[in-house]
Amino acid sequence: MNEKSKFLKNREKLSRHHTKSFSKLSRDRKDLAAHKAMRALAICVSILVPVFILVLFLRARPILATHNISTLLFSTTWRPNQGSFGFFPFIMGTLWVTMVAMIISVPLSLLTAIYLAEYTRPKVRAFIMPLIDLLAGIPSVVYGIWGVLTVVPFIQKVVMPSADRWLGFSPLFQTSNPTGYGVLAGGIVLAVMVFPIIIAVSEEVIRTVPLGLREASWSVGASRWQTIRRIVLRRAFPGVIAAVMLGFSRAFGETMAVLMVVGNVVQIPHSIFDAAYPLTALIANNYGEMMSIPLYDAALLGAALILLLVVLTFNIGSRLVLARISYS
Amino acid sequence: MSQALPLNTHSSPHLRIQDLNVWYETNHALRGIYAEIPTFGITAIIGPSGCGKTTLLRSLNRLLEEGEGIRVKGQVWLNEVDIYDRVMDLNELRTRVGLLAPKPYPLPLSIYENVAYGRRIHGLDVLDKGNGRNLDRKVEHYLRTAGLWEEVKDRLKAPASALSTGQQQRLCLARALAVEPEILLCDEPTSALDPISAQGIEEQLITLKENTTIVIVTHLLRQASRMADYVIFLWMGELVECGPAKELFKNPKDSRTQAYLMGKIG
Ligand SMILES: Nc1ncnc2c1ncn2[C@@H]1O[C@H](COP(=O)(O)OP(=O)(O)O)[C@@H](O)[C@H]1O
Ligand SMILES: [Mg+2]
Repeated sequence: MNEKSKFLKNREKLSRHHTKSFSKLSRDRKDLAAHKAMRALAICVSILVPVFILVLFLRARPILATHNISTLLFSTTWRPNQGSFGFFPFIMGTLWVTMVAMIISVPLSLLTAIYLAEYTRPKVRAFIMPLIDLLAGIPSVVYGIWGVLTVVPFIQKVVMPSADRWLGFSPLFQTSNPTGYGVLAGGIVLAVMVFPIIIAVSEEVIRTVPLGLREASWSVGASRWQTIRRIVLRRAFPGVIAAVMLGFSRAFGETMAVLMVVGNVVQIPHSIFDAAYPLTALIANNYGEMMSIPLYDAALLGAALILLLVVLTFNIGSRLVLARISYS
Repeated sequence: MSQALPLNTHSSPHLRIQDLNVWYETNHALRGIYAEIPTFGITAIIGPSGCGKTTLLRSLNRLLEEGEGIRVKGQVWLNEVDIYDRVMDLNELRTRVGLLAPKPYPLPLSIYENVAYGRRIHGLDVLDKGNGRNLDRKVEHYLRTAGLWEEVKDRLKAPASALSTGQQQRLCLARALAVEPEILLCDEPTSALDPISAQGIEEQLITLKENTTIVIVTHLLRQASRMADYVIFLWMGELVECGPAKELFKNPKDSRTQAYLMGKIG
């Protein structure tokens, strides 16, 4: 038998084999099985979040049962081995860092989004948008390293001396913590991390404003900028707020990059140069250690529950707004 | 309904279009257009769909070039100034040459603020000593001119989006008129409207033509014959024939105009 006929024969056998195993009946059965498996998977994934909430709640119950909610949230004493679990310093740490991040990133991202949506040609936009999206794909530990290597020294050597000279009168800029690790460092790192979210979402929202509306404004002699400020942004406002909320929820829950640069001192920050200890850092630094202390584990999971609920609220809220925009 | 008005033969034209060419990328959409648009009265641009009516209209306030990949070559003289000259101020041009779009786009503001918008942009009422009462009077005046005042006078602060489409189009007319343009361009202004609202808009425009130059694009021959004093007939990007409405409708010279008017083409 020469090579060719062997090949042909083999092929024939193969195809016979195929027709047999993929007979209609078995194909249907496999299809059905695949369908069921995928459906089960989809259901599992979609109930993950409620399951997370439930588990966190159950595991946090011991502390919720023995401590008043408002004491947990507003007490400033964090002495786990004496049974005092006040989250307030951590909540304030998170809020400070998130606020500084938003103050830096919201104006810059909105201006970028306006520029991309209103002033660039599609070709330029198609070139720049992926570059901005790349920022979203950088692992957060890399941002953390960048923060340690660049942002912290920059704050220590450049920002703090000039703040001392020009802004020393305000308690917001007191430089009693000379390390550079603190709220501002965390805020800057976080700001860069939320850029791509706020830019991408608000750019899209701004571009959904109909061209006819801009033309209506131009047609009475309004300039481009007047049109953007008075008409386009007004129309896009709910979506821009949603974009900011989405960025906020990202900043609120970000852990690794922040804990590498905020200093991690349990205190309520009073200046942007003070060290802080955000909720996420509390959980990441301490979970799995000192678990012999009673209620410690429950307290950390309680903190995780708070974090999850806040982030989810902002996330769902902004998604609802954005969904309504894309349907209208 | 149309009455005798001074035509471009014995008054200087308001707009003089000279060798106007427009390309969408490589599509040569308007080819060497020469035309004169008389001062006051209604000039109708007619022709089959896709012949370049909208393109011609939007080249007259240079809204056209806001789109992507569009190239314009030629001159359009507005009172001895070429609007395509490099020194032309676009915002001033668009204040003087207003536009009413086919579909109403109320601004996301109140009814009152929609009409006041252009006046505020240009600070037309800043010397007003009457605490905004001058602006109030102007808003009322233009809402009356557009035939909308009676319907909205009790809810001026309501959002404009709450109005019906017909009311919105009249609001857009009031908004366009409020900056006192000398020319008003209308692109199929009744195409999105019910017959009653359409008739309302037609009547407002006919009143306006006494002291405003109106250019209207329409694919409705009946509308053109009801309203127009002067007609421009476009065919595949070229100006085939133009002239006083009565003459052109009665004795079209070009065979394509004849065919179009008889409903044989387009
Ligand atoms: N934005 C655009 N991009 C590309 N081609 C266009 C665009 N607008 C119009 N055209 C083309 O230019 C020609 C004239 O269009 P238009 O002025 O809208 O015609 P009309 O208003 O008479 O229906 C058509 O061939 C149309 O396909
Ligand atoms: Mg058209």
